Amino acid sequence: MMDYFLLFMGAVVVNNFVLTRFLGLCIFFGVSKNLSASGGMGMAVTAVITLSSMFAWLVYNYILLPLNLTFLTTIVFVLLIASFVQLLEMIVKKYTPNLHKMWGIYLLLIATNCVVLGVPLINVESHFSFGKSLVNAVGSGVGFAMAIVLMASCREKLRLADVPKSLDGLGIAFIVAGCLALAFFGFSGMITM
Amino acid sequence: MKGLWGIFSKGLVLENPIFVLALSLCPALAVTTSVVNALAMGLTVAFVISMNNLVVSIVRNLVNPKVRVPIYITSIATIVTLAELLLKAFAPLLYKDLGIYLSLVVVFAIILARAEVFASKNPPFKSFIDGLGMGCGFTLAMLIIGAIREVLGNGTLLGYQVMWSGYQPALIMILAPGAFILIGYLVAGFKILSERIEKARAERGETV
Repeated sequence: MMDYFLLFMGAVVVNNFVLTRFLGLCIFFGVSKNLSASGGMGMAVTAVITLSSMFAWLVYNYILLPLNLTFLTTIVFVLLIASFVQLLEMIVKKYTPNLHKMWGIYLLLIATNCVVLGVPLINVESHFSFGKSLVNAVGSGVGFAMAIVLMASCREKLRLADVPKSLDGLGIAFIVAGCLALAFFGFSGMITM
Repeated sequence: MKGLWGIFSKGLVLENPIFVLALSLCPALAVTTSVVNALAMGLTVAFVISMNNLVVSIVRNLVNPKVRVPIYITSIATIVTLAELLLKAFAPLLYKDLGIYLSLVVVFAIILARAEVFASKNPPFKSFIDGLGMGCGFTLAMLIIGAIREVLGNGTLLGYQVMWSGYQPALIMILAPGAFILIGYLVAGFKILSERIEKARAERGETV
């Protein structure tokens, strides 16, 4: 049990995907301009990472590994995730139109994204069991959501600040992200895996 | 000939994938801790963009527009797997250093963007040149970031000591926060640079 808890906390704070492993930066900078959108995005990413890690784990361990096709991992995972996200979008659209209005656009953005592809790849590379993959996926999603919400809060405040003209926009966003990463560095070494 | 040079050179500065278009930032931060890694990643991406542009451009009239994105992604994934296997066979150490980011080349926005914007509308040779230009611009940006980080963070360049002997390496530059902050300033620098170029052009009365 402790194992799983440590893995979860490790994925959320110590090895935070955005701030220490640089995955999912396109969404992180693209959608963090306002707080409510970034909250929605964080939840959508968590859901997609969790579900696609489950599928990817099953496909890898029951199809690719027995057939000795592991060199096809990248292709199979990309296609699997892209088609799965499309399917998810259709289902959400059909059954919960309200949710679709909130999430629809994010779901398509997530379809080919490095954090969504990265987590399943890391799971199979570290030879995690099914339970561990699941915990790692949820943790990574929560970590991503936390980072993007923090970032959006900072950027909302920044709008009132007097930023030098050339740094305005993307430049200052990177520097804020650097400061956040510095803060998250305080967690490093807390959990050694 | 001038047309081809134009297609090639726009990827270098004016439409630089990393600093101007701000696409594919993940590798720009993750693997630029040393110049060698940055160069390897840059060349891999250049290879993938130009090959993929070539493939997409050859099949551009055969593909139904409705299914074009899955086809592009399959093509990219195939070429990336090829590059991965080649690196694993001939440069196992680099392969290990680049690690998971090599597989993640598949989802770099810049590759899909070039296929969609350029290669699906232009003949094969032109598309190949466009991919090459974008790839070189990407490699250039990676080299700049890698060189600054390696010199400041480790005191070396390509593994050779370049700073004076008592130099205390600024470890933060190798770590994650330094990468973010450096890119922030580089983006601002490129913004000033392109504003100056445009201003100079406007003064000479040229239109772009």
